[in-house]
Order: sequence, then C-alpha cells, then structure tokens
Amino acid sequence: MTTVETAVGQAKTMVLNMGPQHPSTHGVLRIMLELDGETVVKAVPDCGYLHTGIEKSCEDKTYSQAITLTDRMDYLNPLGNNLVYCMAVEKLLGLEVPKRAQYIRVMMVELQRISSHLVWLGTHAIDLGAMSVFLYCFREREEILKIFEMFAGQRMMTSYIRIGGVALQPPAGWRQAIERFLKYMPSRVDEYETLLTENRIWMGRTKNIGYISAEDAIALSMTGPTIRAAGVAYDNRKLFPYSSYDEFEFDVPTRTDSDCFARYMIRVAEMRESLKIVRQAMDKITDDGAIKTEAPGIVPPAREKMKTEMEALIYHFKIFTEGFSPPAGEAFVTVESPRGELGCFVASDGSPKPLRVHFRSPSFINLQALPKLVEGQLISDVIACIGTIDIVLGEVDR
Amino acid sequence: LTENSNLNANVVGGRLSSVGHLRAWDANAVAEVVEYLGETTIVVPRELLRATAARCRDAASMQFNLLTDATCLDRHPYEPRFEVVYQLVCISRREKLRLKVRLSGKEPVLDSLVPVWPGANWLEREIFDLFWIHFNEHPDLRRIVLPDDWEGYPLRRDYPVEGYRDIPVMPLGFVKTSI
Repeated sequence: MTTVETAVGQAKTMVLNMGPQHPSTHGVLRIMLELDGETVVKAVPDCGYLHTGIEKSCEDKTYSQAITLTDRMDYLNPLGNNLVYCMAVEKLLGLEVPKRAQYIRVMMVELQRISSHLVWLGTHAIDLGAMSVFLYCFREREEILKIFEMFAGQRMMTSYIRIGGVALQPPAGWRQAIERFLKYMPSRVDEYETLLTENRIWMGRTKNIGYISAEDAIALSMTGPTIRAAGVAYDNRKLFPYSSYDEFEFDVPTRTDSDCFARYMIRVAEMRESLKIVRQAMDKITDDGAIKTEAPGIVPPAREKMKTEMEALIYHFKIFTEGFSPPAGEAFVTVESPRGELGCFVASDGSPKPLRVHFRSPSFINLQALPKLVEGQLISDVIACIGTIDIVLGEVDR
Repeated sequence: LTENSNLNANVVGGRLSSVGHLRAWDANAVAEVVEYLGETTIVVPRELLRATAARCRDAASMQFNLLTDATCLDRHPYEPRFEVVYQLVCISRREKLRLKVRLSGKEPVLDSLVPVWPGANWLEREIFDLFWIHFNEHPDLRRIVLPDDWEGYPLRRDYPVEGYRDIPVMPLGFVKTSI
C-alpha cells in the first residue's frame, strides 16, 4: 500500500489480487493490481501456473515423438504449433516438403486461425458481457473441428502435420465439407459484426481502451494482431513467406488506432482473409499426389511398402525405436500464429534426441505488455485488455 | 557446428552486410560468424554484447528494431557450457540476425539487454528461471514460470527429466526470490 497524491489530497492505494482463478483470465493467470479507487496504478502479471515443462520433455523424446507435445502448448492452435516444429526439424534435415502437402498445411493452418479467432471473439465478448456472440462463435468453431476430425481423426490435438509432410491423405468428401463451410462462413462473420461492431456498449467497452503506440509495441517485442492494430504490417506470412505462402493472395489488415476495438476489427478482417486463403489452397490441392516427402529413415514408409519391401520394414522399425539424427546445428523458424509470431528454435547435437527445443510463444511475449496497456485505465478495462491480447496460458507457461 | 567460410563475406549484393558493418564498427565485436541453413549467427564477446546490440538496433544500415526471441542452450558437459541466443529482426529490410554469447558454467553472467529492448525483460527472466543465468542490470530478475521455492534449474542438461532425486548442487546456491 502506498500513498499517492490526488486532486483532493492524499489517498491510499489498494492492492487487489486478480486470479489465478478468474473466468476472464483465459486460463490461470494472476495479476496483482495496485488500485487508486477504480484506476489501475500498477499491474504485475504473474504466470507459470500451467508450466508443464514441454521444452524439457522434448529433450528426452525423439524428433517425431515431440510433435504430440507441441499440440498441447497452444491448445487453440495445435496445427500451427505442429507446423512450426516440423518446419524447424525439416530445416535441420534439409527436407523439401511436396507442394501438395504444403498447400494442405496452409489450408489447415488457416482453418485453425479462423477457429482460434472464433474462440477469441466469443470469449472476449462474453468477458465484456455479450453472451450471445459466444454461442454463435462456438457453433461455427464446431464445424471447423468437425473438418479436423475428418482429416486427422481428432478434433483438437490433431498432430496432423508431421516431419516431411502431413499424416494422412485428405479424406473422402473433404472438398464438399470445406466448400459448405466456405459458403456460409462469410455471412456468419457479417452476423458477428452486426452484433458487435456498431453496438454502443461494445464500442464503449473497447474504443480508446488499452492503447499502445507502435514504438512501444515494437520495443516490447509484440507481434500479431496487436502490432498490426498499431499500424505495423508485420506478418510472417508476407515478410518471411513459408510453406508456399508467397503463392497466395491475401491482405494484411492494419489499423492505426491501436485500441481494443482496433484489435477486434483486425481479427475479424483476418478471418475473412483466411477464408480467401482456404479457398485458394483448396483450388491448388490436386486430387491425388504425395503428402509426404520421400526420405527413407526419416519419413515412415507407406503401409503397403512395409508388407512387400524389406528395407521399408527396417526403416519403419528404426524410425520408431531409435529415431533419426539430424546433423548438428541450430535452426530458428517462425510462422504467423493467430496470436503473433510463433517461433521454434531447435538445436541438434547429432543424436536422435534434440539438444534443445525452444518455442517463441507469442502469448508469453505479448503478455508482458499488459501493464503498459492497463496502467491508468479502469479496473473493468483490465478484462478487456487481457482479452484483446488473446493469450493462451498453455502457451504462456509451456 | 558447420561453418561455411565463403558466406562470411562482408559485402552482400553490393552493400555492406550486417556482419561487415559490425566488423567495420568494432572488429572485436564479431568473434565468430556462423552461416548455417541460411541463418546468420554472430558470436559476440560477453563484454561487448550490450554495445553490439545497441549498434544493431540504432545503426541506420542495420535497424534490427525487433527482438523476437531470446533463449539459452546448455552444452553440458562441454565448456563453454551455455550459449545465450538473441534473435533479431529488421522489419523494414526483412532481415534476421542471431546474436550469441558463450558463457562458462562457472560464471554464467552477462549484461541484460532490457536497456536496449524492453521486450527482453520476460525472456531473460525465463532464462534466469530455467538456467540460472544472471543478467546484470536487469530491472526485475526473479523466477517467472516456476514457483519461488523450486529447487534446481530444470532446463540445464544435468537436471533429470523425471523424478526428484539427483538434482545437481547448483554452483551459486539457491536464493529465494520474492515478488
């Protein structure tokens, strides 16, 4: 407790502990707030409640085994986590992924982006008191999860993207399923906008709340929709294209007002851009072709081959017992996750297990800007600000 | 590490490369250059890290304004044991650069980069928490993901993946931090 000078004399501030169990912290995040009345004087986030030691666990697994761990990091973006990890290992190995697999990856990751933004929009709206948006968003998210189930047999922890390609051929009827989704989704996004964009309460709760300047955002290493809302067109898909993103046409929406409302508008616009990318990827994916690269000893052989070829059986056995050993070296790969720049740093010492796997998780780094966003604002705006950074605590703590 | 010496050129595409620029600025700042898989790593002596980082950010020909990541890797039992890695991005030129500092296991101390990039704050706290590497002049050096009373520094290679026994004795001893 400290004494502060106010307009009417001296006043005492109060320390309020928010979380770790609080519905609007999107997981278990604790924030210590120093309050002067209803105004936040100081905010100190305290994380680590979901620390699971994923990076340490990766060091004791073979390169392919670690893929399943990455799913569980950012549980709203499992495919993106798979992608960044697999791309880093592929870079170490010097593997080239077939074009068809690259397009499938892009399509899946963009669907994942839409589903992640839907969860964000729903929960952010519910935090600010708009109950119905949540139900609509989860209705559409369910459709995306059904598509993932079709492709991978799993709704959330798909582990669909593997080293050298993707796990399975697209299932029968996948085009119709995505076609159906692409047909109704744009109008659904319009629906959310009808509910929120010009809603006076929504505008009151988000406009001019949580401002951060572009310089501060860059200095604090922020990435993703937060920095794009501040006017910096930093998007890894455009700046450092990976997985054939340079062949797709899409815009990177930016705004300059850099408040909670701007971030909301950016994410809604990104959903529409992602729909465009999914459409283009669908057109690029041919009906048949390779989904994995030919790399004996690294990519598991097809089932049929194992039954007819001795070498295939040996490779299969070796991959799943011993694993493979990339040459010693380091690789750092970044992709654009729904939350910002997701990076993976993999170091190999030439053994079948990684020397070090580190994830540059956007939630973690964006969260450190929270005090900058909330200090000087009202306590009710803290909730809007946490929501607008779009943190996933599983990824913050890893 | 594989080193491809012909890529260590000071001039790339008619202009002075970032490596060349740093060499021209202070020859001691570039102890070693590793070009591997299209990524440039500059190994910087510990004493010159902060000055080099500030130069990378401020020089008009470099402008590495975004620090995206900082991490550490432990090469135990080899010495120098630790490698602290900073990943920089120049947004306007679409260029990436990695700065690396090698630290011995006996004295894992280096200068914090928070004065250069405030975003280094939590990244360095994470390294401190999981590797017990000290950052001089860090404004808020305390554990971030582990509880304050956790014993040991889990991402060190001599820390067991499973179980509670065999946690190595830490050279600097355990210090309880508080919020």
